[in-house]
This record gives sequence, C-alpha cells and structure tokens, in this order.
Amino acid sequence: MTTETVSRAPLAAGKVALITGAARGQGRAHAIALAGEGARIIAVDICGQIETVRYEMSTSDDLATTGKLVRQAGGQIVTSTADVRSLTDMQDAVKVGLQEFGRLDIVIANAGIGSGGRSTLRLTEQEWDDVLAVNLGGAFRTLKATVPAIKEGGRGGSIVLIGSTAGLRGMRGIGHYSAAKHGLVGLAKTMAIELADDNIRVNCLHPTGVRTPLAMSPLVQQWAAKSPPAQVRNLLPVDLLDPQDISNAIRWLVSDHARYITGISLPVDAGFTL
Amino acid sequence: MTGRLEGKVVVISGGARGQGRAHAVGFAREGAAIAICDVPRDILTVRYPLGTAADMATTKAMVEEAGGRCLTAEANVASPKEMDAFAADVMAAFGRVDVAIANAGISGGAESLATTTVLDWQETIDINLSGVWFFLQPLIPHMINGGRGGSIIITSSAAGLKAVGGGVAYTAAKHGVVGVMRALAHELAPYSIRVNTVHPTGVATPMVQNDWFRQRLRESTALVNARNLLHVPLIDPEDVANAMIWLASDDARYVTGVTLPVDAGFLAR
Repeated sequence: MTTETVSRAPLAAGKVALITGAARGQGRAHAIALAGEGARIIAVDICGQIETVRYEMSTSDDLATTGKLVRQAGGQIVTSTADVRSLTDMQDAVKVGLQEFGRLDIVIANAGIGSGGRSTLRLTEQEWDDVLAVNLGGAFRTLKATVPAIKEGGRGGSIVLIGSTAGLRGMRGIGHYSAAKHGLVGLAKTMAIELADDNIRVNCLHPTGVRTPLAMSPLVQQWAAKSPPAQVRNLLPVDLLDPQDISNAIRWLVSDHARYITGISLPVDAGFTL
Repeated sequence: MTGRLEGKVVVISGGARGQGRAHAVGFAREGAAIAICDVPRDILTVRYPLGTAADMATTKAMVEEAGGRCLTAEANVASPKEMDAFAADVMAAFGRVDVAIANAGISGGAESLATTTVLDWQETIDINLSGVWFFLQPLIPHMINGGRGGSIIITSSAAGLKAVGGGVAYTAAKHGVVGVMRALAHELAPYSIRVNTVHPTGVATPMVQNDWFRQRLRESTALVNARNLLHVPLIDPEDVANAMIWLASDDARYVTGVTLPVDAGFLAR
C-alpha cells in the first residue's frame, strides 16, 4: 500500500508538522506521508538509548535516513535530536523548525518506548518511571513546547497523540505502558477542551500491533508468544499493520476532511479492542 | 482522475436529501456507483416535512452530474419486504455491493417520557433501529459472496454514545445500532467486511432546520445547553460524508468496530 497514488488536492499544503519519534517506524512513515500531502516536516527523535529499554533504540543515522527519504519524495524537512523528556530539548527543536518554516500547524506526539512484559508487579521502579516519562510526560512536554507556536499562527491546528490498544484496555505484564497510554486519552480530551476556542483539535489514535522495530523486537515477540490469543489477536485476518495504515488515518485526521473531529479516541486496530 | 472508490457499488438508505444526499454525491465523486432508497411519504409521528420523490430525483441528478450512476428506489427501511426487493434491484442493476451506509433515520416527535406514546416509540425504533438491520440484512450475503471484503457504516448520533436529555426512543435506537455494529463487526471480520458507526453532532439538514425543531430548541433546556466545543452550531452534511468516505476507503482498511464521533467535541465537553 502506498501513499503516492493521491490524485486529489494535497491535504496539508502549506502546513508545517512536527513529529516526535520520527527516526524510524511509525514516525518516519508519518513524516513521509504528511510531506506527500504538502506539509513541511520538523522531525524529532532521541537518537539514543534509554537503559531500561531492552531493544535497540534509534540512532542519528536513522533520523538522517528519514530526512533523506522525505527529501527524495520532494518534501522539506528539518531534523533535531531531542529527548521528549526534556522541555528545553523540545523548545529548541521547535525554535529550529520555526526559524526554517515560520509556522506550526500539526503535531504528532508519536515517541514511545516499551519494556517489561512478564508481570506488572515485577517491573522495576526505573522501568515504570522511564515509560511514564517518555510515553506520557513526553507528550505533555511536546504540547507545552509546540502549542504556543500553533496558537501564534491563529489558523487553528491539529494535534494527534499516539496511544495504543493498551490505552483502551489492560494488557498483562505492561501496566506501566497501559497506564501511560490510558493517560494520553485524558490528556487529549482535556487539551481538546482547553484548545477548542483556538480551533486546535486534539485527538488520540490507538494502533494495534504495527510492523516496526518495537513490535519486531525479541522483547515484544516473546511477550506475544507467551500471551493468550485473546490478548494479542486482531479480529480482522491480519497480524501486524503497516506503519502506512496509521499514517493513512493521520493524513485524514489532521486534514480539513476531519475539521470538526476533536476530543476523540480513534482505534486503528483491526477490531482488536472490540 | 482516479477516485478512492473507483468501481465500487455504494448503497445508501435515506438518500433523498440531507446527509444521505451528501454521501451519494461524495461517493460518486470518488468513482462509485450509487443506489439510494428513501420513503417519500408521511410518517405519522414525524412533525417536520420529509423527503419527496422530487428530492430523490434531485439527488440522482446530482450523482450523475458528479459522474456516477444512480439507482433510486421508493422503499421503507422499516419493511423487510421492501428492503429485500431493494437489495435485489441493486444486484440486478450493478451486480455487486461493496459499501452499505445505513443512514435513514427520523427525529421522533416526543421529547419526554411522559409525552412519548406507544406509536412514537414504535415508529422511531422501527426506522432508526430495526430499519438499520432490515436494510443491511439482505445486502450482507452479496458482500460476503463478492469475496472482496467491504465496509458497512451505520449513522448513529452523539445521542448514541451519551444521553443528551429527552428523546428516549431516539436515544435508545441510536445506542442500539452500536450493538448491531459490534455484533456484525465480529461476525463479518473473517470476510474482511468492516463495520463502524459514525456519531454526528447536529448537522445542517432538513431534519433540524425546520420550524418544529426550532420550537423544540426554544422549549428544551437540555437541547439549548447542548453545545459543541468547536465554534460551530451545526456541521455540514459534507463533514459527515468525508468521514464516511475515509472509513469506506482502503485508507481505513484495518478500521473496524469503531464508534467514530464527528461531533465538534460535543462528547468531550
């Protein structure tokens, strides 16, 4: 499935989109997809390891590759190494993006990590703290750093927080991840209320398993193999979605085609949570 | 120009005007062939003017203007017999069904428990709940037999996820179709037929832009206090159509079992 077959008017022409966790996986797919819709991209990633994460996290080479792919597709992009746990990192990344592109319209809070998997009570305190800090605190800091620039434009905007099916129901062994992803729903709904007067829409998107370095890591593969089928199986006959399937929801959700959608939780989950 | 639904057949109930017309025209622009049904005659408990045969002819002309073919049928979703005949007509005309949009609905007359008559309850449930099922049931075997998957979308309402105050039959029916959707999503997933509901806030259609509804607005505190988060009193039918088109397209190929609000933040308030 490609996003290159659009024959209609681009959905994000003239807009600027900031994406966290953009070095690879879903974030990279969103960068390419939104650039394909005419948006200029501010791509942010930590490009480094967090100690409690037992799969290889992204590198600066990965982020550079996202940059190359967006430019190859005819798009414009600035990349910044920034940790979503650091407000100043995020503010610096926004500053660089604004210097280059002069405005901000769309934010995709996509950065996330996973750990644990055996038993929530066996999670270390550090595993808990790190997942909450990146997956929930990171979204808060992303909003804190970006929303002033969207408001400044006075043209409204669209923010998407990337939740998970674990943000809609419990999931064995990953109570920290599920808590953080549930937390994003509360954050999105609250920000939808606070930002409605500025016509800034805020929604939460909940993917099922997606073919990314996180889902393909031994950590997640082993967790899936040990889980009862009902905990890991989609309703539709598909094991893992492509990153582009999530991008295809985002392209629509941030566009004027969804101009009156705010404060919602949208599963893109092949019926997983039904 | 290639549309997102080139070659598909889209069947829509309540297509004479309002949201159903926007869906018919929107899907035709994406390359689909359209079949619509509507019931251009009075319904006892409905106190606003319903669509007419002339309205249905206008939708057909608009679909053709947009480059699509359009089959029209005078048929009531509350009648299983008429729905069976409509499905047979669709197959005779187009030979396949890819997308079914259960859009037909009425806003029944009664506001409160005390004033809801047996007839108010019956007609609203017949059309808004049973009618959804009667419309879909004869179409589904053709979707399964086609072997190409498909998309079913039911028009619920913000009142299908939350009580707004008043309208007990309407609220019950709109909640009820969520159950229909969830049961069908389970049953049809093995065939890659996706089933979802859409939950609009107030839409600028003849169902609310009429003297009767304006009177209701004046009299009902609950309705007056029901405001959207975003600064828009009524959204356009095209806003709902855009959600339908995305849901029906391959861009949403793994979206099923979802209750999708198109509600300007009404439910998040």
